[in-house]
Amino acid sequence: MWGGRKLSSFGNRFLGVLRSRCWSTQAEGARLTSSAGECQNQVSWTPQTKPWVFSEYRIMWFKSCRMTFAFYLLPRLYSTSQTTVDNSEIKTFLALAHRWWDEQGVYAPLHSMNDLRVPFIRDNLLKTVAHHQSGKPLSGMKILDVGCGGGLLSEPLGRLGASVIGIDPVDENIKIAQHHKSFDPVLDKRIEYRACSLEEIVEETAETCDAVVASEVVEHVIDLETFIQCCCQVLKPGGSLFITTINKTQLSYALGIVFSEQIAGIVPKGTHTWEKFVSPEKLESILESNGLSVQTVAGMLYNPLSGYWHWSENTSLNYAAHAVKSTGQEHPVPAEFVFKGETEELRDKDSTNPGVQEELKK
Amino acid sequence: MAARLAVSRWRAAPSAAGRGPLLSCRRWSGAKADTVYDVVVSGGGLVGAAMACALGYDIHFHDKKILLLEAGPKKVWEKLPETYSNRVSSISPGSATLLSSFGAWDHICNMRYRAFRRMQVWDACSEALIMFDKDNLDDMGYIVENDVIMCALTKQLEAVSDRVTVLYRSKAVSYTWPYPFTMADSSPWVHITLGDGSTLQTKLLIGADGHNSGVRQAAGIQNVSWNYDQSAVVATLHLSEATENNVAWQRFLPSGPIALLPLSDTLSSLVWSTSHEHAAELVGMDEEKFVDTINSAFWSDANHTDFIDSASTVLQSVVGFLRPTKVSARQLPPSVARVDARSRVLFPLGLGHAAEYVRPRLALIGDAAHRVHPLAGQGVNMGFGDVSSLVHHLSAAAFNGKDLGSMSHLTGYETDRQRHNTALLAATDLLKRLYSTSAAPLVLLRTWGLQATNAVSPLKEQIMAFASK
Repeated sequence: MWGGRKLSSFGNRFLGVLRSRCWSTQAEGARLTSSAGECQNQVSWTPQTKPWVFSEYRIMWFKSCRMTFAFYLLPRLYSTSQTTVDNSEIKTFLALAHRWWDEQGVYAPLHSMNDLRVPFIRDNLLKTVAHHQSGKPLSGMKILDVGCGGGLLSEPLGRLGASVIGIDPVDENIKIAQHHKSFDPVLDKRIEYRACSLEEIVEETAETCDAVVASEVVEHVIDLETFIQCCCQVLKPGGSLFITTINKTQLSYALGIVFSEQIAGIVPKGTHTWEKFVSPEKLESILESNGLSVQTVAGMLYNPLSGYWHWSENTSLNYAAHAVKSTGQEHPVPAEFVFKGETEELRDKDSTNPGVQEELKK
Repeated sequence: MAARLAVSRWRAAPSAAGRGPLLSCRRWSGAKADTVYDVVVSGGGLVGAAMACALGYDIHFHDKKILLLEAGPKKVWEKLPETYSNRVSSISPGSATLLSSFGAWDHICNMRYRAFRRMQVWDACSEALIMFDKDNLDDMGYIVENDVIMCALTKQLEAVSDRVTVLYRSKAVSYTWPYPFTMADSSPWVHITLGDGSTLQTKLLIGADGHNSGVRQAAGIQNVSWNYDQSAVVATLHLSEATENNVAWQRFLPSGPIALLPLSDTLSSLVWSTSHEHAAELVGMDEEKFVDTINSAFWSDANHTDFIDSASTVLQSVVGFLRPTKVSARQLPPSVARVDARSRVLFPLGLGHAAEYVRPRLALIGDAAHRVHPLAGQGVNMGFGDVSSLVHHLSAAAFNGKDLGSMSHLTGYETDRQRHNTALLAATDLLKRLYSTSAAPLVLLRTWGLQATNAVSPLKEQIMAFASK
């Protein structure tokens, strides 16, 4: 039933935008209950023939499409160096700031990614405690959510009992996040939002956080090394760092850049730079060199038709990583190092060989 | 513009004109109250109370606030009354598992219930019958009085009163639904106004308020329903002699099915679905005549015709030839001696099914979502099945820190239950219509159908498995 329902909302908006383009009226995609029947079979996407012009219609178009890579539109161009946030990019997405909390809107893939990221964070954090309060498994933990956006990930973590600090450089995002949590008295107390960048709070939060979460952020960071260093400074010894991001592979270039930006025009050209995508190997080497030992790397796959994410062996598109800050004592053997997926650069390396870890460390 | 991009399913205010005063997505811009409940269950009947109980005892709901609204008064018993109540339910093993998951089944065992091991269902117009029993002599189901179940649930709710608040004599008079996503200054929660003027806010409203559900009407959910031209007469009967009494009997008369459900060694409960006039007659007639009518309904072969009898004998011999194992001979139920005074009551029957079980921040369970004929004894079991499924989905959502009113898991519940319930409703309705006639072709069809089903054990097992979930 839900499949049909989601398809019909997708189809409704698809049809609505087609109509709006034909008739040049203000697009109102949703009110098409009567056409629900006809458009159920028209889910297949047809490429636009006209070159994309940044216009009202295009915003309508991409708002209306629940495509695989809608989440690439995230309005975070995160900077940890002196360079400021790119204002022209931010303007593009300010129009969408109020759409953060629409579970069927542009950010639907991010909402459904919570089904993977929240259990990932929760289960890995629960491993570090002996016992937990049922109902509030993360109570007593302090978590820093870097690049929190509208608070999509901060709120579930808050509901699980953690004290969350959410930071984002975009003021509008923080305003939306504040507004959304203000209606829930329990969350209001547990979550704190601040419009700032990571290095601005490193001093005051040094070594206080049990976990730092940087979800869909590192592919926008200019200086990854400094970013990871700051994350490490904020963490308590033994604290966890959770990262979800996009791999730098031919596949992510083909689907993420060529398809989404140049062919489909879903993502405005230049939003993503393939050069800034981070491969798991590079991420791990930076993490290890900063005293963070990588525990898990797992691939994530999004099914645009169902709207759900799945864990996968393949890390060539999206992946999640969990690393733990060393406690300062010598640990002879790092914990289980799970490396999944192949990329062009690593075709010659044996993916399941523990010797890979030694090679990376060199 | 943003609001108009809302999912078409919402059918928001502009198109809801003409549906009635309660059926709009009114914006709530009142002051923020202090408590926001996580779940409010509207309706404290068997299914609503079970829902509140199950959530109260769920491990992932330990820091959540749950409220149960019940329009009636709190029913307290100092001790178990000696007379049996005339409203009983057949509880399937699956429902018993749910009730024991939060400790209510233990209370029921300490009070009273009756397990039955076999069920015989047969036709008034022919010799055909079907006998259900479990090979390993497990209980097929339990006959429990509704009051006993309610008392057990109330006791368990009292034990968890720090998490579950119960408001008796409280009826909701209106509901205000939120917009699909947060607009400036509009509350994202469901607001409920009670009869005394107080208001509540909740993240998820569960409608368990029966087949005339106020919640369902306020949400504007379409309900497919029709009234059967039948009323059910219930009574508590005393048997002529004490027997083992662990068999449930049901005979399909042309006017409707009559069922005898065991309560104890000497008592059984009657459920007789028949036309409105006949039902009124039965409730009004004197005791002796009533008892005679019941006995002849079960024993008399007046509706048999030679044609059907010979046709069924033919099939029976074919079956006996192909499967020369036990041939179940038709047994007769125990005879009835007298009826409990003042235990004869009638109530009308109908079918109902809600087109949607869920909306954002709303879920329907029990009779609010589906109403069925009692001939299969499935009404409350379907409700308990809804409770099981919804608690499972909500528990997983709570453990993932999700917003409880989010459609992503509510649609999972809806899919699960609509699949099961629609099949059962359709089958029950079909059986009711098939057995409401004494026209020869249909009688022949159902005679042969019943005999064939009786002969095919895997098919019987499938039916029993489906009904005992």
